Amino acid sequence: MADLIHMSAAELSSALAAREVSSVEVTTAHLAQIDAIDGNLGAFLHVNANALAVAEEVDAARAAGEPLHALAGVPVAVKDVLCTLDMPSTAGSKILEGWIPPYDATPVRKLREARMILLGKTNMDEFAMGSSTEHSAYGITRNPWDGDRIPGGSGGGSAAAVGAYEAPLALGSDTGGSIRQPASVTGTVGVKPTYGGVSRYGAIALASSLDQIGPVSRTVLDSALLHDVIGGYDHHDSTSIPTPWASFTDAARRGAASGSLAGVRVGVIKELDSEGFQPGVRAQFHATLEMLAAHGAEIVEVSAPNFDYAVSAYYLILPAEASSNLAKFDSVRFGLRVTPEGTPTVESVMSATREAGFGDEVKRRIILGTYALSAGYYDAYYGSAQKVRTLIQRDFAAAFDQADVLVSPTAPTTAWKLGEKLDDPLAMWLSDITTIPANLAGIPGMSIPMGLAAEDNLPTGLQIMAPAHADARLYEIGATIEALLDAQRGAPFHTLNPHFSAGGNR
Amino acid sequence: MAKDALLDFDKALEIFEPVIGLEVHIELSTKTKMFSSAPNIFGDDPNTAITPVCLGLPGSLPVVNKEAVRYSISLGLALGCEIAETCRFARKNYFYPDLAKNYQISQYDEPIAFDGELEVELDNGDIITVPIERAHMEEDAGKLTHVGGSTGRIQGAEYSLVDYNRAGVPLVEIVTRPIFGTEHRAGEVARAYVSTIRDIVRALGISEARMERGNLRCDANVSLRLRGAEKLGTRTETKNVNSLRSIERAIRYEIQRQAAILEKGGIITQETRHWHEDTGTTSPGRPKSDADDYRYFPEPDLLPIRTTRETVEELRALLPEPPAAQRRRLKAEWGFTDLDFQAIVNAGLLVEVRETIEAGAQPQAARKWWMGEVSRTANERGVEPSTLVTPEQVADLQSVIDEGIVNDKLAREVLVGLMAGEGSAREIIEARGLAVVSDDTALIAAIDDALLSQPDVLEKIREGKVQAAGAVIGAVMKAMGGKADAARVRELVIERAAAV
Repeated sequence: MADLIHMSAAELSSALAAREVSSVEVTTAHLAQIDAIDGNLGAFLHVNANALAVAEEVDAARAAGEPLHALAGVPVAVKDVLCTLDMPSTAGSKILEGWIPPYDATPVRKLREARMILLGKTNMDEFAMGSSTEHSAYGITRNPWDGDRIPGGSGGGSAAAVGAYEAPLALGSDTGGSIRQPASVTGTVGVKPTYGGVSRYGAIALASSLDQIGPVSRTVLDSALLHDVIGGYDHHDSTSIPTPWASFTDAARRGAASGSLAGVRVGVIKELDSEGFQPGVRAQFHATLEMLAAHGAEIVEVSAPNFDYAVSAYYLILPAEASSNLAKFDSVRFGLRVTPEGTPTVESVMSATREAGFGDEVKRRIILGTYALSAGYYDAYYGSAQKVRTLIQRDFAAAFDQADVLVSPTAPTTAWKLGEKLDDPLAMWLSDITTIPANLAGIPGMSIPMGLAAEDNLPTGLQIMAPAHADARLYEIGATIEALLDAQRGAPFHTLNPHFSAGGNR
Repeated sequence: MAKDALLDFDKALEIFEPVIGLEVHIELSTKTKMFSSAPNIFGDDPNTAITPVCLGLPGSLPVVNKEAVRYSISLGLALGCEIAETCRFARKNYFYPDLAKNYQISQYDEPIAFDGELEVELDNGDIITVPIERAHMEEDAGKLTHVGGSTGRIQGAEYSLVDYNRAGVPLVEIVTRPIFGTEHRAGEVARAYVSTIRDIVRALGISEARMERGNLRCDANVSLRLRGAEKLGTRTETKNVNSLRSIERAIRYEIQRQAAILEKGGIITQETRHWHEDTGTTSPGRPKSDADDYRYFPEPDLLPIRTTRETVEELRALLPEPPAAQRRRLKAEWGFTDLDFQAIVNAGLLVEVRETIEAGAQPQAARKWWMGEVSRTANERGVEPSTLVTPEQVADLQSVIDEGIVNDKLAREVLVGLMAGEGSAREIIEARGLAVVSDDTALIAAIDDALLSQPDVLEKIREGKVQAAGAVIGAVMKAMGGKADAARVRELVIERAAAV
């Protein structure tokens, strides 16, 4: 049997079901990998001390012949934005240091109900604000391909954990690309489901109308398996979609088996195929398009003229909602409390707490959002941004008239050097240009590795988008493309990681 | 605090025209809260009727209470409002420790009900139509208790306690348009308006509507303008007005206070003012301006609410009789004079009297208790009569009289026990030993004694001068410590006069 940490969740699931391996062994192997490399990698903020105990219970249940979920006993890491009953949930912020919620987020509850093994909580940009995980209050996370580079963000911890074999699966959250962009720069797979496809209950909110929880993995099938666990209607989240979903796992298996894209119309969004993108990224993208065409896909060019305004609109809507969502962090009921000298008042305590508890990027966005919602500015900023959002939805609707799926590079560049964009927030924001439109429109998007950029030998990602509710189409076509790419290179993408055979980085 | 200068009320009205506007908040009596499954209950231990949603814990999300939406639609219809086919919640952002999320989920530009009007009846039977701008749904805040400091207010307090049990209780806020032409009756119109709303929500069964508990709260906006002027004056908003009587007093006070300032050439500060029940005055709260910036925006955690025509019609069909029509009907059914009936209405006791009659009491008896003993005691204590006893208790009280267990005099003592919460009428009679002596043997002994000690009276009775029996009855009642049925004593006296 292959080294346990290099196996996919699907492979582990089969091996566990066949009792070729125990959950304790699988969990131990992953905990050992975390123990060996995470001091340097920095993917985890908290490792679950209870993981092995749960693994033992699952093994006992299996031995007793209890019916178990396919992923029972398979480890999973959880982004720290999700509330967990038994582990601190900080969203990467000092203001929530040590806070243990009195409830599980719905996706976490579903992981437990499937009896998966929660390995711990992964690092992230504070309150998911950032594209590099450098804005975490608890330190940086490194890229498993090159330790001097960022793992993407905000979900750099989940992507790095999966990319560095600390976990086969992880949960992320995607508000403007926080699942897909880290997947792209770490050579992993990440999916942002249709808005409303996975409950947001217990996900510490950044921007309520954009946030979506989704899976992170090394293969399309693994993401589908995890999505099937966490997805579905939840009465605790009014924005969750009540209609049932078809099996994403079935869709992924169907796609992987087909080997052909005959009759599939693949739309290339002109505005997201920019000459300003890194040449190696563009080259990989065009090589991939040729390969798709060679296997029967019909490549069509589509235009989405309003995408030019997407980043601007996004950086009004997100801060506006965030400024309100983050108001609750005032020291009164939970989290950090800073009491200033002298005769403090409730206002001065709230103020001092927020001053000390929030990082610069968070403050920047709260100020921006507060301004955008102010009387006299609302129409010009928030109001206009909502109109742009409608226009972008129309662009997508028109594009999906011509194509079954839309594709673009997931990110304009490969992973940049740690610290490189830290002093240039605008440059950091622009790195989300490719992923933001899907959030504004509420449609599903997936990132799969497409190859290495010639100039730096770092992973590039292919973004695939489908109409709202057509997540299954993403999994089917994504799995076909993944299989074709794997066949072309003769091995799964992650085996290209120079640290692969060493079992990890550093 | 310096005392406000007040201008004589009539003088004030000579120079100025008062314009009032009312905001009434009604706590709905749904089983659970507006946006969470926490129970909607009054007076539990602090911070026990809560969920993560009530505390605004990170990751928690609101879910709309469908029952609260139906209640709000019913109320909107009863107020003659249009019901929005689609309406939305919005966030009203401001920092305050009783507001768990530091924003209130309310409705802003898309209320569920709008453009209504309500006919209210004044003490003399005049009908005034109050224009209603909107009725919208929102959540209540928690409750702060300021400890230390002399005023019980946040300024000067050592520390403050927060109870989130009330946080998230469903509210409907009803906002009137400016009400013109009320003149000397500004306060009375306001009182009658709130009283009518109270009758409506009780008839709908959507709120306890008890002002002293804060189920129904009224903020009164008052402004004055010079007679003949077109432009409205600067308004103040008086809060903390917790009884019907205070509404009237507070408006009158504000008219006199503002008039005194304006008459001297001063200007009115746009502000919220606090009503003080004990002193009958208002004091400045926080300054308020139209530029107060709550940064409203549509609540992204909730979908818009769609109301179908069918739902509206279904709820419209279930509306109870409008208060004015109901009054006409009840007056006829009960056979009261205009005067008696209007007195009940003016005292705000129509619901109590009606429910007492429904619980089995005769109309006159129900009227007598509420308008008599109960109102008198309420006045003495400065509370609303409805806080002292329930209609069921009054009906119970009357039943023990009707059954001859106590007489009217003893019943008053039973009422004292009922108001003190000593149990049911029968329990109180038992505990306080109030039952009339129904044992004829004891009565006969006392009567014989009284007759024999007053031979002249005995003689007169025997001669057929029955009215002379009064002296004997008095003596017997005294001997029995008042615990005798006077009618029975009279019968027995006449019987025994022949026998002894």
